[in-house]
Amino acid sequence: MAVTLDQTIAQKQHSFVSRVLSSQTFWVVIAVILACLFLSVATDAFATQKNLYNITRNITFVAIVALGMTFVIITGGIDLSVGSVLCLCSMVLAVTMHAGYSIEVGILATIITALAIGAFNGVLIAYLDFPPFVVTLGMLSVARSLAMVASNNTVVFQFGPDHDKLLALGGGAWVFGIANPVLYMILLALITGFILRWTKFGRHIFAIGGNEHAATLTGVPVRQIKVAVYMISALSAGLAGIIQTGWLGAVTTNIGTGMELQVIAATVIGGANLAGGVGTAFGAIVGAALIEVIRNSLGLLGINAFWQGTFIGGAILLAVLFDRIRNFRRSD
Amino acid sequence: MSVLELANISKHFGAIHAVNDVSFTLEAGQVVGLMGDNGAGKSTLVKMIAGNFRPSHGTMHMDGKELILHKPAEARQHGIEIVHQDLALCNNLTAAANVYLGRELRRGVGPFRILDYAAMYKRAGQLFAELKSETRPRDLVKQMSGGQRQAVAIARTMLSQAKIVLMDEPTAAISVRQVAEVLNLIRHLRDQGIAVVLISHRMPDVFDVADRVIVMRRGRKVADKKIAASSPEEVTGLITGAIEQVA
Repeated sequence: MAVTLDQTIAQKQHSFVSRVLSSQTFWVVIAVILACLFLSVATDAFATQKNLYNITRNITFVAIVALGMTFVIITGGIDLSVGSVLCLCSMVLAVTMHAGYSIEVGILATIITALAIGAFNGVLIAYLDFPPFVVTLGMLSVARSLAMVASNNTVVFQFGPDHDKLLALGGGAWVFGIANPVLYMILLALITGFILRWTKFGRHIFAIGGNEHAATLTGVPVRQIKVAVYMISALSAGLAGIIQTGWLGAVTTNIGTGMELQVIAATVIGGANLAGGVGTAFGAIVGAALIEVIRNSLGLLGINAFWQGTFIGGAILLAVLFDRIRNFRRSD
Repeated sequence: MSVLELANISKHFGAIHAVNDVSFTLEAGQVVGLMGDNGAGKSTLVKMIAGNFRPSHGTMHMDGKELILHKPAEARQHGIEIVHQDLALCNNLTAAANVYLGRELRRGVGPFRILDYAAMYKRAGQLFAELKSETRPRDLVKQMSGGQRQAVAIARTMLSQAKIVLMDEPTAAISVRQVAEVLNLIRHLRDQGIAVVLISHRMPDVFDVADRVIVMRRGRKVADKKIAASSPEEVTGLITGAIEQVA
């Protein structure tokens, strides 16, 4: 039977199932599920309501920042400053509220701080062609230092007249007993997923990561978009900072230390490619989940906490190994 | 009918005269081969038509009106499209996404507008069918052959009502079978009444598909004649300078 040109053009080469099976994210989901099943059977403590509540809430801080990082990584950039930005933003919130301002003012000040830092990073990277690694490494140092300046390196645990509101915002469970941070994470993930798949902005982010030169030639506003992604990344760190402050009930100048590595690990495990052009919101969440389940399980299984880094590092390498194996097969 | 008229166009970069006093016209539905050695001024000339450079001297007229271009986007608005030598494709996106890159279709109301995947797949598929290219809109560009990639880059020029398509070395670095495919794509553009400028080093391609050949040497136009009235030997002589100039 002859196949016409129109039939060839209309043909879908990959079915939905084959696409799902070939995605790294899918296999990481399977790994998370298998780990949870194993832990439910092997330990009494895992499948308890309290532990699951803790795990889901612990995932959220890394996951929310990872959502913002996903935008940056898809463009082929990197943001090393998120941990310090989270700290500075938490401190801005704490200091503002401690000084007697309302929670609304505190949150507004925090968001402005985050956006300003992101815009600063973005302008240096997009307009002055600084390497993202260097700019955000500098900001990693600057932001934490500013947090120390803002608080005089003290612990802030009294948040003025709206103290209880802030603690309820981060520590409460307003819907079906699900921890509030988890709800925020789900909401932000949905927004991220929507932007990446359904908006022109999202499409252009992928184009920049795929071929920045081509994006420029076809009229994509590359520079503005790059500034925007670093602002989104800093904003996600700021939002995570607000939520984490509400949950912890105190801010110190060492919160978020080393967090950038966990966040980048989560996005990479979830399938984002550091070379740019690939990444999903769901992947960032799943990556964060795998890291948290590993951490949690080591504790429950009585394995020395010093092994944590080895297991998480192993997970990063395994996830990328899957990707490499798939590529080898494809090139055969 | 002439679509574009260049009159005494020159471009100087400091003391370097990249293009010197060049005049010619482009006709609708005609393929012009633009030939010349490296540094002869072909790319500079094309970049002025595409809006990348402004001429130092001389004027361009389109449909009788003077054409002044400050940036490539303005050239596009006038129906001048360029296919870059490296094709400017994003490997991580689908064929349809590449065709619509920078001018994505959206649906919705006011500020609430989302990408219209269905419409973009459909229209991209129609364009590939018009080009008689076996290219699937949903496939990622990274999995495509050289000929299919060319089809994607060319389909991009057909989105709007292009009058002029400038092609920079479209047949360099692809296989023989794909060259034939690309030459067919060029014929399809011509048949739709588009004026095509084909920059090429490959003599057989120009003599296969072009109606006219313009030869540049050291920034000057040294020949502008019908393909039927010329020969590869003559053009080679003109490019190297063995033949000084022909009418």
